[in-house]
Amino acid sequence: MLTDIAFWGIGLVAVLGGAAVFYVDSMARATYALALSFVAVGMQVLFLQQNYVGVVTILMMVMEMAIMAVYMVMFMGMNPALMPMSMVHSNKTAIAVALTTFLALATGVLMVDWPTRRGSPPPDVTMALGESLMGPKMLVMAVISPVMVATIVAGVVLAAHRTRYDRFGDDLKQRPADDPQPGGVGR
Amino acid sequence: MDDPTSMTDSPITTVAPGWAIVALGILGALAVTAAVLDGALAARARGGPGGKMGGPVRPFGEAARLMRQRRRTTVEADRLLWRIGGAGLLVTAALMVTVVPLGEWTIFDLDVGVMWFNAMDVMVWALVWLTGWGANSAHSLVGGYRFLAHGLGYELPLMFALVAPAIAAETLNVGAVAAAQEGLWFAVWMPVAFLVYLLGVAAFSVWGPFAPAIGTDVSGGARAELSGVDRLVFEAGRYALLAAGAAFAVPMFLGGGAGPLLPGWAWVLVKTVALLAVLVWLRRRLPAFRPDKFMEVGWMLLLPAVLLQDLVVAVIAVWRS
Repeated sequence: MLTDIAFWGIGLVAVLGGAAVFYVDSMARATYALALSFVAVGMQVLFLQQNYVGVVTILMMVMEMAIMAVYMVMFMGMNPALMPMSMVHSNKTAIAVALTTFLALATGVLMVDWPTRRGSPPPDVTMALGESLMGPKMLVMAVISPVMVATIVAGVVLAAHRTRYDRFGDDLKQRPADDPQPGGVGR
Repeated sequence: MDDPTSMTDSPITTVAPGWAIVALGILGALAVTAAVLDGALAARARGGPGGKMGGPVRPFGEAARLMRQRRRTTVEADRLLWRIGGAGLLVTAALMVTVVPLGEWTIFDLDVGVMWFNAMDVMVWALVWLTGWGANSAHSLVGGYRFLAHGLGYELPLMFALVAPAIAAETLNVGAVAAAQEGLWFAVWMPVAFLVYLLGVAAFSVWGPFAPAIGTDVSGGARAELSGVDRLVFEAGRYALLAAGAAFAVPMFLGGGAGPLLPGWAWVLVKTVALLAVLVWLRRRLPAFRPDKFMEVGWMLLLPAVLLQDLVVAVIAVWRS
């Protein structure tokens, strides 16, 4: 009973936190409202006995929001988001899309027959989740990961306007490198 | 929906939630110990007792002064975020120690306790930045950004340092990690992970070499505008984080409650206080890491070193099994 109340209470926090993202007038508050929402979701996952997934959700999302707050303040808005600003735009379109989606999903919820539980949960649900998500596709995942990292590195290399010739000179012999922001290990 | 704190077969007894008060008391005592020691070391560094309220009694004098001080207000401060940031450090430290077993007892015997600790130390990123942001003051905000710059450098090495004991013990349960060190402490055969972990503890406590975020060169940085009780709580939070980090190192690297003569809980406290003393002492022994330069140190030196450590530990773990 108490766990049920806690579960639904945390769910309410998650939803209200998500809504607050669009209601508040500061980038910092919006970002950390989202962080709060994610922390609540992570706690709900803890209630589903997915302890690892729940704690990792909290860890990653707080870290990500801490970094995102920096970018939000830097890049959002005409002013550098240090002043109060609205978190919404294109209101009419957004309301139309939101209402349509809600009605479609709500209709779906009411129309579909809900399935009854088959079988019972395995002793280690995290293991079972991992198996069913990744099990037969582990090779694909293992191949995709380095490709994704390579893509990120290649993207950064292509986007950076400075090349190794800017850093090390035309004959690549200049040491230490000529960097606008010197690093900490004296490369 | 059952109880979320599902148990693994750990050698630890979970105590009733009411004991959390005692755990808080111990954490508070450890934090005060650290502050007293720091006061004594500060007085010694200055070469004298340091006035009526200097030396070992400095923390008590400071606390009394701050509790009577009037709160400073700033224009257009984001008070909600500011207060959350300042008070959050203490809460985070308290949440950290819930998974640390005191000998054979623990409050929260989580099967992924190591991840829990890691998630809590990441909270500090948010909290210090919020403290810096909330005051609506330039120096304060600079301090907040400095901390995040350090964070990008120290967090991944810290995470991979925590991975090493978990691999060797083949579990994320803190009690089981402590129990897996029968005979040989992890600090002995994974020294790189241990040292990087200690560096991480200093970092998430905004301590010693990682203090530029609250440095005097930016008039106190993230805590520039904190005054009165707010400042007291923020400072207490830093000492508590330092204490929680030291306490967590005991089951992870220093064999938990293992030791001769004394009972397990006493050994945990002795080891925690010893490690805490080292961390406090290091404050005046290490130069500050510049926030703009530390990231490269973290990624070019610490991260490869600790990854190599993980590899060695993994090879040994596979070879032993």
